[in-house]
Amino acid sequence: MVAYVLKRLALMIPTLLGAAVLIFLALRVIPGDIVEVKLRGDGAAISEEVLQKERQRLGLDRPLIEQFGEWMGGLLRLDLGKSMWTERPVSEEIGSRLNLSLHVAVLAMIVGLVIAIPVGSLAALYPNSGLDYAIRIGTMSGLAIPSFWMGMLIILALLHWANWLPTPTFVPIWQDPVACLTLLIWPALAVGFRFSAVVARMLRSTMVEVLREDYIRTARAKGTTERRVVTRHAMPNAMLPTVTVVGIEFAFLIGGLIITEQVFNLNGLGKLFIEATSHNDFVLLQGMVMVIATVMVLTNLVVDLLYSVLNPRIRYS
Amino acid sequence: MSTAESFPSRIAGNRAFELPADFLRRQPVAAGGLIVILLLIFAAIFAEQLAPYDPFENDYGAMLAAPSAEHWLGTDSYGRDILSRLIYGTRPALVIGFASSFIGCSLGAVIGTVSAYFGGKTDLIIMRFVDIMLTMPVIVTAIVTAAVLGRNRIGAIDLNLVAAIAIAVVPTVTRVVRSAALAIRDLPYVDAARVSGFSNTRIVLRHMLPNVAAPYLIMLTGFIGQAILLGAALTYVGLGVSEPQPDWGLMLSGEAANFYREAPWMILFPGLAVTLAVFAFNLMGDGLRDWLDPKFAD
Repeated sequence: MVAYVLKRLALMIPTLLGAAVLIFLALRVIPGDIVEVKLRGDGAAISEEVLQKERQRLGLDRPLIEQFGEWMGGLLRLDLGKSMWTERPVSEEIGSRLNLSLHVAVLAMIVGLVIAIPVGSLAALYPNSGLDYAIRIGTMSGLAIPSFWMGMLIILALLHWANWLPTPTFVPIWQDPVACLTLLIWPALAVGFRFSAVVARMLRSTMVEVLREDYIRTARAKGTTERRVVTRHAMPNAMLPTVTVVGIEFAFLIGGLIITEQVFNLNGLGKLFIEATSHNDFVLLQGMVMVIATVMVLTNLVVDLLYSVLNPRIRYS
Repeated sequence: MSTAESFPSRIAGNRAFELPADFLRRQPVAAGGLIVILLLIFAAIFAEQLAPYDPFENDYGAMLAAPSAEHWLGTDSYGRDILSRLIYGTRPALVIGFASSFIGCSLGAVIGTVSAYFGGKTDLIIMRFVDIMLTMPVIVTAIVTAAVLGRNRIGAIDLNLVAAIAIAVVPTVTRVVRSAALAIRDLPYVDAARVSGFSNTRIVLRHMLPNVAAPYLIMLTGFIGQAILLGAALTYVGLGVSEPQPDWGLMLSGEAANFYREAPWMILFPGLAVTLAVFAFNLMGDGLRDWLDPKFAD
């Protein structure tokens, strides 16, 4: 098991290196660079000479391979360079916002699972009933509603019924759980809604299949209560494909988060990402893409490991 | 000779009629989605005739007007009729949905089939590339691509947004089509084509691609809804068209957020339009998937 984890971690290196090359080259074909956005942004007439000087200062006039080498050298020391816009270290820019975004991501996952597991199981217990159809329509619309619009609906509802909106100042949950939750539960709901729809659909269809199996009939025949049949006998097997979906959906969750943060005016990674694209801040963008790629690759690993815990028939070596 | 000529065309004629009929009979829910899709297409084609007002026209006498007999869905902060803007907004939404899904899935299908057919190093390099792309959430790839491509607009449609979404779906499609194509590659008829001396291009295009049509079609319809959703999200954060173009995503951004209290209809209706369109395409896509491949059916 330890050997397997180490092997997987080693395999991450070529993937992340590939991602680094890809994002570096992709960003270098952008027409117009940060210098123009920065100095000409307010419509002022700036001479080509001044632009050239600024490029020189930021190192943009050097050959690509040199720029790449410098960035890679930094990456190895976990130094992501300096933002070309604010001139603060990228790791600092990301670090101060990562906390908030991770809070929302984890909270959204919890919210999603808390909704999805009972809803999916209920639909599976009474297949083709009115309840099942209602749940299926609900999950179908969950997939169709844009999460940022869901966020706007939540804001509308809060204003309409409570005449209140949370102030967007973030406090980590370990410092002030109440203040943290009253702020972040809303974006988490908006993003987690879609997540719950996907998971509930998957859980329903696998649960329907599992409940048809012989061992479930045996469990029922020996007089096990229905609750126990579902939670202890059916659930572990039904969760297997669901865990994979949870892993895949985590990518969508991050994506939803990037947009939804704007709705709630939260100063998280999403806002930073959008700002970096509009400023053509390559160094910051590269750094963020690498952070997201690392989180995604690690999530896949965790999902695979969780899979082997849930299903003892799978042994990694 | 005449019988030999008419025979295949008669079959083709019958199948062209029978297949859609069979689909609608077996997947009545998908037929519901199809009706909504046809209505949206109708609205897009006849927007000039259907829209009660000019979507660009400011009516400063009726700014932020609530839904009424004159303005069924109310007006926005510039006094523009929301219903008219929603009707015109079907154009960018459908173009982005169809075009980016078609381009992305077609590219993915060709790359996936080529990768499976040649195998070996070609396959390895392509799949490594795909794996790297897949470490990114689709929306991140789309945002970066949109930023790289810049702006390139024709009226209410941002062509580079179409390209960005298309590129973002390519890796997923490549992977699925490749595994379908791998199963075909070793079938005797592909060997036969190779032995007959057909060129690689001909074998890929004429012999292999038609046989990955089922997963291709499933993904093509499945991604249309996703693409509309992505397009709305990207336009919302400012990576698509800008004011005063009538676009659903754009209608939700900027001004709308300043009038939560005064004009909730500015937020409700454009979002509903996106949801309805995506819902319809998803129903259609799920129906088509179950019809083409019954083992996926719930």
